[in-house]
Amino acid sequence: MTDQPYLQLRGIRKEFGAFTALSNIDLDIAKGEFVCFLGPSGCGKTTLLRIIAGLEAPTTGTISQAGRDITRNPPAERDYGIVFQSYALFPNLSVADNVAYGLVNRRTPKAQIKERIRELVKLVGLPGSEAKFPAQLSGGQQQRIALARALATSPGLLLLDEPLSALDALERVRLREEIRALQQKLGITTIMVTHDQEEALSLADRIVVMNHGVIEQVGSAMDIYREPASPFVADFVGKVNVLPGRVDGSRLNVGSFSLAPPQLLNNATAAKDVKVYLRPEDVLARSVSGSVAGFLTDDPHVFEAVIEKIDFLGSFCHVHVNSPAFAPHKLTVYLSLNFLTEQSLAVNSSLRLKLLPERLRIF
Amino acid sequence: MASGVHTVSPLATSAQVRQSTHWTDRLAHLGIFLIALILIAFLAMPLAAILLQSFEGKDGEFAGLVNFVEYAKTPALLTSLWNSIWVSVAVTLITIPLAFGFAYALTRSCIRYKALFRGISLITILAPSLLSAISLIYWFGNQGVLKDAMKSVGITQIYGAPGIVIAECFAVFPHALMILITALSLTDARLYEAAAAMGTRASRKFFTITLPGAKYGLLSAALVTFTLVMTDFGIPKVIGGSFNVLATDVFKLVIGQQDFAKGAVVAILLLLPAALTFTVDHYVSRKQTAMLTARAVPYKPTPARGYDRVMMTYCVLLSFLMLAMLGMAIFASFVSFWPYNLTLSTRHYVLGLVDGEVAEGFVNSLKMATGTAFFGTALVFFSAYLLEKTKGANWLRSPVRMLAMLPMAVPGLVLGLGYIFFFNAADNPLNGLYHSMALLTLCTIVHFYTTGHLTAVTALKSLDGEFEAVSASLKVPWYKTFWRVTLPICTPAMVDIARYFFINAMTTISAVVFLYSPDTKVASIAILNLDEAGEIGAAAAMAVMIAGISAVATGLFMLLARWVDRCTQAWRGPR
Repeated sequence: MTDQPYLQLRGIRKEFGAFTALSNIDLDIAKGEFVCFLGPSGCGKTTLLRIIAGLEAPTTGTISQAGRDITRNPPAERDYGIVFQSYALFPNLSVADNVAYGLVNRRTPKAQIKERIRELVKLVGLPGSEAKFPAQLSGGQQQRIALARALATSPGLLLLDEPLSALDALERVRLREEIRALQQKLGITTIMVTHDQEEALSLADRIVVMNHGVIEQVGSAMDIYREPASPFVADFVGKVNVLPGRVDGSRLNVGSFSLAPPQLLNNATAAKDVKVYLRPEDVLARSVSGSVAGFLTDDPHVFEAVIEKIDFLGSFCHVHVNSPAFAPHKLTVYLSLNFLTEQSLAVNSSLRLKLLPERLRIF
Repeated sequence: MASGVHTVSPLATSAQVRQSTHWTDRLAHLGIFLIALILIAFLAMPLAAILLQSFEGKDGEFAGLVNFVEYAKTPALLTSLWNSIWVSVAVTLITIPLAFGFAYALTRSCIRYKALFRGISLITILAPSLLSAISLIYWFGNQGVLKDAMKSVGITQIYGAPGIVIAECFAVFPHALMILITALSLTDARLYEAAAAMGTRASRKFFTITLPGAKYGLLSAALVTFTLVMTDFGIPKVIGGSFNVLATDVFKLVIGQQDFAKGAVVAILLLLPAALTFTVDHYVSRKQTAMLTARAVPYKPTPARGYDRVMMTYCVLLSFLMLAMLGMAIFASFVSFWPYNLTLSTRHYVLGLVDGEVAEGFVNSLKMATGTAFFGTALVFFSAYLLEKTKGANWLRSPVRMLAMLPMAVPGLVLGLGYIFFFNAADNPLNGLYHSMALLTLCTIVHFYTTGHLTAVTALKSLDGEFEAVSASLKVPWYKTFWRVTLPICTPAMVDIARYFFINAMTTISAVVFLYSPDTKVASIAILNLDEAGEIGAAAAMAVMIAGISAVATGLFMLLARWVDRCTQAWRGPR
């Protein structure tokens, strides 16, 4: 039965009046998997999560969880724990009462509840906070308690609706690592909605990229980043240079280059205009007269460029360059601060860059 | 593959999904349904009864617009319509600028004793509106202190239009003031800082920032004032003399002449401006809230000696007038025999309470006010919760929401009249309620329902919208979350609602004037009867007593609020 997905969505469609929020959503999620729904606001990711939670009913489609059709079940008859962006902790109840909220209703013996509360607050890294009220905790601490509350009844599925969005940058990274560690420790199937690509890339086993109510691509972080299935995914995840090009058979013309990239091998389509997507880090750099060994002089993928502007971002810099090879289009490349300093590169410096044809995406 | 069971045929996917309803949700739907029934029986049906009555002929047959035509042909009644309109317009034109100035001083200047001024201006709310009419009679009536001064300005007597206009100005002042204070508090200091940075003159700031910012508040205050004056019954009854207005006409037609059909026509005329006000206000208040973003910086006035002194003088002057009004009623209520024997005694209190049997009226008033506060708050809060926080049965929600907003548009006189028509009908199974304390209480709850409803909805909306979703995921039914979380958090709002119901039930006249029996006569009605019997001293005494009881009740409610705060709001942490 291992090939049986834990959660199965088939043909989910959601309409709000004349507006179609979701269409043709098919998705399988395996037991113990950490899946992120990633997309811009309004793409339907939260709606999809709420449909899985039973907080919204789909217009059409079916959902089954652990082999049970739950499409028509109200939230109370499903098996999941949920954490919201707003924490939604009950402000008038202590941390212990919040965590125990779902346990008390199940007539669990008192001593057992107390033990479970202790265990959970320890699990989320806040031992001894049982008597405090939510208002006495920081945002990150409140979200940890909300997580403990959702896990208290040992649900089979954990739903996280932008749980980190309300937190400051440092706390966000810290909690995100904790969530991942916790999820792996408990092995609980988890779905997280986020609009933050960094969050999705660093957390998820699989990422579901959504746009305008449809799934654009499902895949691992590396798949999504390196082999985006559509221009939208390429654009939304990571930065990218978009250049006009032309495909003719298995050859690609872009700028002054005529390339034979491996992804066009066996290509038999007629000549057509295309868009070429080039990630800023997929360009290698050498200085014209630097201490680092240069490229081979006869390397066909090397071109010269002049630095027009440098955006300093810490260890890495966004370097905007002009090159006759791609004029009038400009390129943005990522270069390390170390490299720039060592090669004493500044605005108006010349440098040599090398394309990696196998990394180009052609749409 | 073992997933054969789960492959879904295209037929199944094309069918619309309907989530099954959990039994706890059905319970919530039942609750909303019961509330709908209550509002239909005690609001919609009485109003429908008025409509029906106005189209009915002498023998109960359908008469079309005959009653309306006949009304239009009665010159005396048309005069009342005109009187009502121009008096209401006059009061609005006088009160709004006065109240705006007062509100401006309280929100935009650095004068001292703001709380005191505010307190003085709101005292009038604690007494029935007719208290100011009684005071006027002592100041300017036939045996008034300042009668000669009044004549020298050209007003021959206070009874009639002058009395009504002045008394109404005092009565509606606090209502207009509260709206304007809110409107002037909702401002963004950064607008003024930006204007100052550009070197804008004070007068230009006032006309380009202050006035446009407060325009919805001004409109709303003007509409409320107009409607309150138009539908007020107590003041024209006491000081109107032979000057007739619509509100007194209704009473005369229905109670005096038993002409129900014409009474219904007048009631509809009274309903029109109120309904119009309600519609405009509803539309306007939506715009008002959209103006202020969450990031606005509250305005802090800066001291300016000359300007503050002018504002102080203005506030002192108005407060003095208001205190003179109230003070005269209190003084006169203790005077043995006005104006011949000015020694102080409690004669009028004894006369009113014992001979006038108002003591019983006070017991009834307290019963009614307590009942209204208790049951009204429970009903209002529970229904607001069900409407705002539960899911499903959407076909029922908008009609119930509309019914909850409707009382705001229905003057008390009209509601009371509807109750006569509806509950006095012999074939109504609820006929047994007629004249009962229960019906008086229900009528008062419905009369003041909307304000309570809005307070409850605001309190509920400030709660996290996902409490119910979290509860459902933890398999805790909504009523447990209501009891353990929502109710404790909202107790301060509930105390507020209860106080509002209590004070209004103590002072209301218009709705209950049609519904009482000798056994269920409340104090505010007893005052009217004393005044009719010429016992104006006793009437003043009883009105002062109502104000006193209301003041004590307000104090008790404030203590209750503090106690509740300590018991249920500890989680807010030190503030």
